[in-house]
Amino acid sequence: MAAAALTGLTLAAAREKLRAREIGAVELTHAHLEAMAAARDLNAFVLETPERALEMAAAAGRRLKAGEALPLDGLPIAVKDLFATDGVRTTACSRILDDFTPTYESTVTAKLWAAGAVMLGKVNMDEFAMGSANITSAFGPVKNPWRAKSGPSAGKDLVPGGSSGGSAAAVAARLALAATGTDTGGSIRQPAAFCGVAGIKPTYGRCSRWGIVAFASSLDQAGPIARTVEDCALMLGAMAGHDPKDSTSIDVAVPDYTAALKRGVKGLRVGIPKEYRVDGMPPAIDALWRQGAGWLAAEGAEIVEVSLPLSKYALPVYYIVAPAEASSNLARYDGIRYGLRVPGEDLVDTYEKTRAAGFGAEVRRRIMIGTYVLSAGYYDAYYLRAQKVRARIAADFRAAYEKCDVLLAPATPSAAFALGEKQDDPIAMYLNDVFTVPASLAGLPAMALPAGLSPEGLPLGLQLVGRAFDEETVFAAAAALERAAGFTAVP
Amino acid sequence: MNDMALGEIYTGHVSTRADDDNPAGNLLDGDTGKWEIVVGLEVHAQVASEAKLFSGASAAFGGAPNSHVSLVDAAMPGMLPVINAECVRQAVRTGLGLEAQINLRSVFDRKNYFYPDLPAGYQISQFKQPIVGAGKVVVDMPDGRAVTVAIERLHLEQDAGKSLHDQQPGKSYIDLNRAGVALMEIVSRPDLRSGDEAAAYLAKLRTILRYIGSCDGDMSQGSMRADVNVSVHKPGTTLGTRCEIKNVNSVRFVRQAVEYEARRQIGILEGGGTIVQETRLFDTDRGETRLMRSKEEAHDYRYFPDPDLLPLVLSQGDVDELARGLPELPDARKARFTSEYGLSPYDATVLTGERARADFFEAVLGRTDGKPARDPKTASNWVASELIGRLNKDGREIDESQVTAAQLGGLLDLIADGTITGRIAKDVFDEMFATGTDAAAIVEANGLRQIADTGELEAVVEKIIADNPGQAEQYRVGKTSVAGWFTGQAMKATRGKANPQIVNEILARKLGGG
Amino acid sequence: MSIDHATVRRIARLARIHVPEDEVDRLGAELSQILGFVEQLGEVDVAGVEPMTSVVDAVLTLREDRVSDGGDAQKVLANAPERAEDFFVVPRVVE
Repeated sequence: MAAAALTGLTLAAAREKLRAREIGAVELTHAHLEAMAAARDLNAFVLETPERALEMAAAAGRRLKAGEALPLDGLPIAVKDLFATDGVRTTACSRILDDFTPTYESTVTAKLWAAGAVMLGKVNMDEFAMGSANITSAFGPVKNPWRAKSGPSAGKDLVPGGSSGGSAAAVAARLALAATGTDTGGSIRQPAAFCGVAGIKPTYGRCSRWGIVAFASSLDQAGPIARTVEDCALMLGAMAGHDPKDSTSIDVAVPDYTAALKRGVKGLRVGIPKEYRVDGMPPAIDALWRQGAGWLAAEGAEIVEVSLPLSKYALPVYYIVAPAEASSNLARYDGIRYGLRVPGEDLVDTYEKTRAAGFGAEVRRRIMIGTYVLSAGYYDAYYLRAQKVRARIAADFRAAYEKCDVLLAPATPSAAFALGEKQDDPIAMYLNDVFTVPASLAGLPAMALPAGLSPEGLPLGLQLVGRAFDEETVFAAAAALERAAGFTAVP
Repeated sequence: MNDMALGEIYTGHVSTRADDDNPAGNLLDGDTGKWEIVVGLEVHAQVASEAKLFSGASAAFGGAPNSHVSLVDAAMPGMLPVINAECVRQAVRTGLGLEAQINLRSVFDRKNYFYPDLPAGYQISQFKQPIVGAGKVVVDMPDGRAVTVAIERLHLEQDAGKSLHDQQPGKSYIDLNRAGVALMEIVSRPDLRSGDEAAAYLAKLRTILRYIGSCDGDMSQGSMRADVNVSVHKPGTTLGTRCEIKNVNSVRFVRQAVEYEARRQIGILEGGGTIVQETRLFDTDRGETRLMRSKEEAHDYRYFPDPDLLPLVLSQGDVDELARGLPELPDARKARFTSEYGLSPYDATVLTGERARADFFEAVLGRTDGKPARDPKTASNWVASELIGRLNKDGREIDESQVTAAQLGGLLDLIADGTITGRIAKDVFDEMFATGTDAAAIVEANGLRQIADTGELEAVVEKIIADNPGQAEQYRVGKTSVAGWFTGQAMKATRGKANPQIVNEILARKLGGG
Repeated sequence: MSIDHATVRRIARLARIHVPEDEVDRLGAELSQILGFVEQLGEVDVAGVEPMTSVVDAVLTLREDRVSDGGDAQKVLANAPERAEDFFVVPRVVE
């Protein structure tokens, strides 16, 4: 097969062809390595690992040949630079980690390698996963492979979304069949939507956080970004599972997600949260949302309006809880045991210079906010109150799930915007996550998938949010939406 | 570690002890009159466990630098804590031993501050919801008073690593072997009124922990150390401002630190000054406390629940089972030793001061038909005076004794059945202590059996009388005090093996008109 | 809530991040803007609501007390910016 045809395969299709020995694992990896080399302008990868990739592909090839194929054998994927990879530089795209090379492998990536997947390299992201445009990376911004055909952004480089911008861009640009991402407030779903690909944040506790550089511990979850719902199901099946090394990982069985894809939505109650109909939402997104509900209704789902009254408070809660946890999680980057050290006059000066030089502006800002809201005299007013509102937001979801089985909402309030926009206004940037943050706060599984194009020709995504540990219903509804939407546009 | 901020939520410097419950001997004389000292302790006790509180690295003391360190302890990116079940059990058992409330739901918090020996930039501790709540310790003072000290709380937390300062000018070396080792912080109310009471409290707490087996109590290795809060005030007035003396690591130093610090504060107050709440160090070389440079100018630890850990939930059934597994604790055992065995309070205190001593004593005693198999008072004398006394001279504890409980029991049996005399027994014990040989073997090898054969002893006594007509005459004229001299001569002649009773009978018969 | 110059300094010190003098006021304004945004939480009735301490409905699982880790100083020191023998080295800690 021609290289372009190989990189154009879905993960599921490539899997079938590898097993049928129609294509070879090394050949498939080669095609992706070539595509990566040709697309360096996107800045999606921060570290390519071609030798390791070819080695892993060769091993997969031998297993495939022997008829001992592992679940993801020979499938080349990209890894967000937040996952620790043994012997491969891991930076969280921050200067503070410098050339940090872990002596350990994250549980999620270890599971992927054990399933036979091939590592192409480490992909770009917002520094410490803090951002919604992939512009805070120490390695520079990632470009979205899509271009607007008209409108004010026409001809400009667009952001891929964030923080898993490199993951989404690499998958959209056919540089990898799939990628790992992490989602704290929308970091899988928002870039997936911006880049016209699919991505799922599973239930908090579904994937191990061990070996993933922490941003906000009570929110961080790993998940896949891929081009189809089925590809996401295959990936998540390999990534998920209880890990005794993570106290917040839950010991429940991982179902066969691909089996859920064929379930259909007949009789499924799909909730439309009325509070998500926010002022200023672009008409195209509103229309797509209605269209999505229509598609699901046509497949036999029952559409019900539900209320999530405290939705508007999700972002303020998030911008207290996440920075608070981050301010503590990032205290370990002190220049003593690993990473950057900028010598100072004394110990304190060394700390302060190291952390000032090592962290970018957005990370510094969030550490400062987090430090402030936890500090004496402010804890109750900010952090404690936020955790109370968060408890109420989670209760709102539980109440909604008495009336419906899954929620349908837009993934983002806009299509991808131009690089440089919203850069100087933190609040405007934070608003990108308005539809994704609530599910994060409640720890619920949520998936974004491409469902249409904006008038400017940019992808728009819809989002499905399920009950805790009910990814299967999310996959079932997403598969139905995907079939109905018939999204085939490419960058 | 520093816990000044913790004081904000502790019930704090509020004593449970009655105002008039303080003997005059505890008051200090100043230039302006009597002063009362008020002391509370925060004791950090290392939990006896194989692995650390939140990682699988060894909790053993020592080790090559950074060899007892996991990636979790070194706070590598993405590492996560998983709690050690044994540390939880030990905290609960200790709480039960302190007659404390066990909180079935507790929460771990992060205490945030920067220090090179604190790899994550935060210590995992328990702030608002500790695993153990209010309890008490009864401290027996040498003058016979029993002081009840209220325990405010006990919580689990991580130890920090070590900084070494003398290796290279301008540098410190960091060893993380201690980082993450489990500690129990046991916080008392300020119910102590003197250096002696504070010292006795720490010693008693150590005894309890060692009985329970939740801490080895080895203060020289830092297994227990105390932060000592001291204030002074005039009796009948409100409590004074307190200073905290960090990391005092022996019972003796606690006494010295309290006494020095109280004097220092009285000096300031009587000189017209005021006490500033501060953290101080105890300089063991000079016997002084001095101001410690604080780790942060602003103590703002930004406590919040650790999002990497879920709430710790215990069932009442778990707690009840741990309670059933607790050994008899020192107070109960001491009471039993006096009531059941008729020991003096002093001997009972000595024997129950260490669980190993009491166990040893009861092993020597043995049991048949539910009663002591040997005489408790004799056993107590041999264990408390002979064995412990001698071990103390060597600086050893009873579990390091060369003589086993079975061996000492064997010696007691030889005395009881008349095989050897009490005097010979001491010699036999000397050899047992030196070589660890059984008493019976020593007796046989050296022919030390008591001579109870009347004929043989009569010959000995007759010879002594014949050789010493002067003394014999004195005896006959009624100066019976020379009887002891004759007995001694008989013992000497038989190298201590003569049965003294039989010797006395023969003497009375031969000299007393018999 | 407005974050003044002294507060920025205090927070920066707590967070151990050097902030050049000419950036303090701009940073204060940014932080004030964010705090202004989150202050709307004051509108929410949270009376009697227990704060969320964990998003998953589960309790802590316990690890067996067994030495299963450590014993490899090189693994721990592999990325150290400065080391001597098997110690991390830092500018002198003043006690």
